[in-house]
Amino acid sequence: MTSILLPDNEAEIEAIVHEAAQSGSALAIHGGGTRPIGRPVHAERTLSTQLLTGITLYEPSELVISARAGTPLSEIQETLAANRQRLPFEPIDYRHLLGNHGTPTIGGMTASNSSGPRRIHSGSARDSLIGVRATTGRGETIKSGGRVMKNVTGYDFVKLLAGSWGTLGVLTEVTYKLLPEAETERTLLLTGLSAERAVAAITAALGTPFEVTGAAHLPATDGMPTRTVLRLEGFDASVGYRTDRLEQVLKPFGSVETVAAEASRVLWKSIRDVEALEVPRDAAIWRISVRPTDGPKVGEQLVAQLGSRVLYDWAGGLVWASAPSEGDGGASVVRGAVAAVGGHAMLVRGSPALRASVPVFEPEAPGVAAMSRLIKATFDPAGVLNPGRM
Amino acid sequence: MSAIEIPKPDPRILARRGEILAGLAALVPPTSLITEEDERRAYETDALTAYRRVPLAVVLPETTEQVSKVLTFLNREGVKVVARGAGTSLAGGAIPSEDAVVLGVSKMSRILDVDTANRTIRVEAGVTNLGVSGAVSHLGFFYAPDPSSQLACTIAGNIAMNSGGAHCLKYGVTTNNVLGVKMVLIDGTIVEIGGAHLDAAGYDLLGLIVGSEGQLGVVTEATLRILPVAEGARPMLMGFQSAEDAGACVAAIIASGIIPVAIEYMDRPAIQVCEAFAHAGYPLDVEALLIIEVEGSEAEIEDLIGKITRIAAGYNPSGLRISQSEAESAAIWKGRKSAFGAMGRLADYICMDGTIPTGQLSAVLTGIAEICAGYGLRVSNIFHAGDGNLHPLVLFNANDPDEQYKAERCGEDILKLCVDLGGCLTGEHGVGIEKRDLMTYQFNTIDLDQQMRVKTALDPQWLLNPHKVFPLAGRPV
Repeated sequence: MTSILLPDNEAEIEAIVHEAAQSGSALAIHGGGTRPIGRPVHAERTLSTQLLTGITLYEPSELVISARAGTPLSEIQETLAANRQRLPFEPIDYRHLLGNHGTPTIGGMTASNSSGPRRIHSGSARDSLIGVRATTGRGETIKSGGRVMKNVTGYDFVKLLAGSWGTLGVLTEVTYKLLPEAETERTLLLTGLSAERAVAAITAALGTPFEVTGAAHLPATDGMPTRTVLRLEGFDASVGYRTDRLEQVLKPFGSVETVAAEASRVLWKSIRDVEALEVPRDAAIWRISVRPTDGPKVGEQLVAQLGSRVLYDWAGGLVWASAPSEGDGGASVVRGAVAAVGGHAMLVRGSPALRASVPVFEPEAPGVAAMSRLIKATFDPAGVLNPGRM
Repeated sequence: MSAIEIPKPDPRILARRGEILAGLAALVPPTSLITEEDERRAYETDALTAYRRVPLAVVLPETTEQVSKVLTFLNREGVKVVARGAGTSLAGGAIPSEDAVVLGVSKMSRILDVDTANRTIRVEAGVTNLGVSGAVSHLGFFYAPDPSSQLACTIAGNIAMNSGGAHCLKYGVTTNNVLGVKMVLIDGTIVEIGGAHLDAAGYDLLGLIVGSEGQLGVVTEATLRILPVAEGARPMLMGFQSAEDAGACVAAIIASGIIPVAIEYMDRPAIQVCEAFAHAGYPLDVEALLIIEVEGSEAEIEDLIGKITRIAAGYNPSGLRISQSEAESAAIWKGRKSAFGAMGRLADYICMDGTIPTGQLSAVLTGIAEICAGYGLRVSNIFHAGDGNLHPLVLFNANDPDEQYKAERCGEDILKLCVDLGGCLTGEHGVGIEKRDLMTYQFNTIDLDQQMRVKTALDPQWLLNPHKVFPLAGRPV
């Protein structure tokens, strides 16, 4: 049984990490513990940010929010919704896919650079993240960025820390820029297309100025054909106009249905959280990022060789695929398919044994891997923060 | 007198100049090596022209492999390297020292691949910013970041400084629009980071490289995101009798859920000068002017302009004018984009680049006026109001050394004020040498030490653009 440390302020975190670095005893870093992704971390103690909570700044008219890292994401989202604002990047809630019941935190979301379908339009978490405070493996708290929209002062550790999975520092406070909620949304739906044809339709739509904010292709389910969906958001009149224009663009690909706002929201939440791949629960799940037009090539190969079930998001460029949990969990086939086109794959769901036996993250080219190692050593020379996770 | 120190050249390097030139000559074609003093002089400064040093040599490689050979050699010989795009840095980011070799990317300016299906373009880093959009405009696409120097500045420099522009309110800055780079590390290693796909496989090294001011490596190629051009775009002008009204109007527009592509602000002195230069039809009897641009279809534009006009009505606007034609739109933007040039016809100036929380707009303008009055200097404010990125122009006479010194101190006080109000020293120009010694005002020793550790890890001898970004005191020995 590992012991859990629950600091509620930065000074305490500094002391814990400093002591850990001195004694060389590893720490597992947790927010809400809802993203058990990456290699299993072997640490006797867990540092949880659960008690490091609270929104520290929210200026709706400046579109900016700051919160301590352990603040539940739900609290952030409720606060923003009350002002008709939102995090632009639509962060995925991994609890469905990974089958756990914790409380996702804004720090965990940041450390995993989580985003969702709107990533193709509004960027990922790292693109909206404008400031961080983090305690490095030296037990020192650094700041980078701030609370303003444009800031090029010093090296951009904001980006580096986003998606570093708690291996460079313990995030203590994060600041995001926001967007207003859209007045309404609508989804255009094509059915029965192959993945290749679906991506062709999506490509045609994304080549227009009509600002598609979600473009996905869902696998067939019992009795239902594949669905290719494109989302439009904005002011009502504008969404109406763009719907009409996009329908014309999509005509060559089949008959186009429209999904009204309420149903559209439900649909995109299910795409965001990859509900289509939730079961069977024992299947391994891969998250693959490639050039959008390469998505179907990769997906079809996994279907043929691994019997994968595949969901395409990000205009085809984000391939979610299931694989048998036996053996290497599909690793060699997935890595081979990705290497052929360029991109990266991450094993997001798999037993601890599987995650310990195959690389979870895409292996980096030697030069890049060397850079990563050098940078890790500057932040965490004793190697005590989430050792082995990446 | 010059206030910013550029360290004295290392006499041991100067003494070995002949040997170093011979070494470079063996690595690049003769046309890629500049050794004569009158030709090297063209590389002695950038857009921060008050400071200049003629470099040891200038090398203009044609390929990534040549860059690799040059860096391998200079690293082995312990010679400093200053990478250079077009030399348009306002922060002195490309100013060399006498013991440094300038490595220019101007001969690497090919468009390598246009992929409209995936909405990306791959270019060599010496391509100009406008050249990227130019390569895809006939296909209905553009590259979004649009620094005012976009006609000349290169993608290499844009990446080094994480450049912005007037339209980044909607489309983001360079770091949000770069998907991958090929770069050369100081030891000659060629690495590819990112690519045409989204997000990083491991650490976001791309995010670290963008904005690192040429201190971590030399970028030779980039994969950039391109976007479909909007159906239409239209600017409107709104005058206000006070900065407070203009600032409150900007906040109200954003709070309403509208994100225009651009919201630009000019104060009275800027309006007068730009109008005289561009005849854009700016109102001359107002204290503040907003240029707000929206885009979309004709109906969407009408709708947005209607909404903005109704919001603005609560803030006593005067001289509200909506562009009625392409020519009028072009004139409105010509006035804004030529503001710095027009101002330069009146006086010398230094252009500051702080950012503040947008709610502090009127506070910062009051503070800037007081600071400048205290130095007896005139100031003109032009900035990106939507994101709080200020460009106060402090006017002075460059032939009067005392006045230049005062202008620099005045600029420093303005940037400190930006930090005091919750903002930062630089929003889009970079630190360079200009703001290097102010870094301790925004960051503490712990912050700076960690940044410098990363520099040391990737460039152990501190050879890449070494005199920039970090104060000279307090560096690792």
